[in-house]
Amino acid sequence: MNILVVDDELDVRALFEQRFRREIRGGQLRFAFAHSGEEALDYLHQHASELVLILSDINMPGMSGLELLSRIRQEYPTPPPPAPPRVMMLTAYADETSRQQALELGASDFLTKPVDFAALKQKLLQLAAQDDNTYENENSGS
Amino acid sequence: MKLIIFPPIPSILVSLFVFLALRHFLELPERAPRLNGLLKYLWAVALPLLLVMETVGSRWETDTHLLIDAVYVGLMVLLAGVVLTRMRALQPARTLLLALAPFALQALAKFILFVLPIEVGPSVSELILYGKPADLFWFFSIVWLVVGALVAYKQQTLLQQQRLEREVEARIQVRNQELEQLVEERTASLTRQTGELRETLEELRITQDQLIQSEKMASLGELTAGIAHEIQNPLNFVTNFADVSTELLSELREKQQKRTTLDAELEEELLTDLEQNLSKITHHGHRAASIVRGMLEHSRASTGERLPTDLNLLADEYLRLAYHGLRAKNKTFNATLLTDFAPDLPLIEAVGPDVGRVLLNLFTNAFYAVQKRREQLPAQPDYVPTVSVRTRALPEGGVEIRVRDNGTGIPEAARQKIFQPFFTTKPAGEGTGLGLSLSYDIITKGHNGTLSLETEEGQGTEFVIKLPN
Repeated sequence: MNILVVDDELDVRALFEQRFRREIRGGQLRFAFAHSGEEALDYLHQHASELVLILSDINMPGMSGLELLSRIRQEYPTPPPPAPPRVMMLTAYADETSRQQALELGASDFLTKPVDFAALKQKLLQLAAQDDNTYENENSGS
Repeated sequence: MKLIIFPPIPSILVSLFVFLALRHFLELPERAPRLNGLLKYLWAVALPLLLVMETVGSRWETDTHLLIDAVYVGLMVLLAGVVLTRMRALQPARTLLLALAPFALQALAKFILFVLPIEVGPSVSELILYGKPADLFWFFSIVWLVVGALVAYKQQTLLQQQRLEREVEARIQVRNQELEQLVEERTASLTRQTGELRETLEELRITQDQLIQSEKMASLGELTAGIAHEIQNPLNFVTNFADVSTELLSELREKQQKRTTLDAELEEELLTDLEQNLSKITHHGHRAASIVRGMLEHSRASTGERLPTDLNLLADEYLRLAYHGLRAKNKTFNATLLTDFAPDLPLIEAVGPDVGRVLLNLFTNAFYAVQKRREQLPAQPDYVPTVSVRTRALPEGGVEIRVRDNGTGIPEAARQKIFQPFFTTKPAGEGTGLGLSLSYDIITKGHNGTLSLETEEGQGTEFVIKLPN
């Protein structure tokens, strides 16, 4: 499963790569990183079909995570295929308004920082399993 | 029949005028009121006498007339002598007494010779009573009397003049004393006022210090959320990298315990990661520490100590703090931050926390301006709120920092007052109106620099700080 992590903090890359070292080594999860909303959109345009999940920070200079989210929902409005990437929001400012706003804009989940990596791992693996299933189903179906 | 054009003036009338003049001349009403009172009634004696002489006495013999007249004149001379002796303390009185003396002596001699039946030789009687020497002496005594009177008059005038001068002097002295007292009173009240003013000034100074401190605290309050966010991030990294490192170590240990042939490549990778994590922990630890230090520096009263300061670092730190501070208050707000830091920027001798406050203030204002413009133009998706900071070394030495925003700009009317204390365009409760005024003081008075602005309404504002080396 391809995941794009969007965060203006550069060390997020090193952190994710180590947190998910086994999963990466095992090929279950593949991570790409973008440091701003703009970069994320660029990446999305190039890898739209492969990307399953976007994990985005909300507070970033320039385009914020919520703006990115709404842009994605504009550009990739509805399923079906290829299914638009899920977007999970990550933020240190975990208040109900932003949560509501994120969910209304179409976020599939809303996580607060500091990130609970154990829970995140579980979620990701679950999604990866689902994704594999759909993938297999699609393959077998064709 | 006798021809009379002017009747001989009776000595009685003369005496009245003489004593009137004498009383006046000797200032008797003031100097000897009782004597004066007695002399005032001289007419009560003289006028009846005159009346008698002119009526009944007209039938008397000439000798009787002369005798009465002589006796009267003698009495008057005696009276004058008594009065003058009483008033001898006065120099003019003494002079008059002296002037009167020859005349009085001759008169006395004449009386004695007239009254006492002493037979004297014709030479003596000629000398005193009749004859040429007596007439000469009489003439001399009259001249003496007149001259003496003139001298006395002169003396009296001089005395009066001196007295007048003394009076003037005394009046001047009294006036001087009054003035001195007035001056003393004024001085006292001025001293009191000065004291009061000094106290007021001291109070104002204390109030000013408190205001500066509360302004600092107000801006710190604005920043709290930003600071929390800023600290949260590095702390998260510290805990995460520490966690991950523990995982890595346990993985390494596991492999060692199993004594499986260690995959050298994997082991190398784990060790490199560990090394990298530790350096990242250090890095983020320092980052958090520096934020806390900045916060403490900001809240602490400035020591005013100038130290070589990296303004790039300072500007970057405060830009982030200001941004996150605003973000914490208004979650929908977003702005593009542009930094253009000259890599070769010289260190500047500056009071870091003070310049930090100036930057913080300029950034906060800049964010406020772009936020306002965003609110005014909700239907303009093209508008990208942007705050930029640029540093460069000045060719003439020193450093320039430009803080630019593309916000609402500052209207002409506000431009003149922008650096005045307590001037604010923000709604009540949002701004103290001291930010820019304090900033101006810090840059100009504290660092001999300049703080200026270029602004265009609806286009944006740029503040320019210039600090000398």
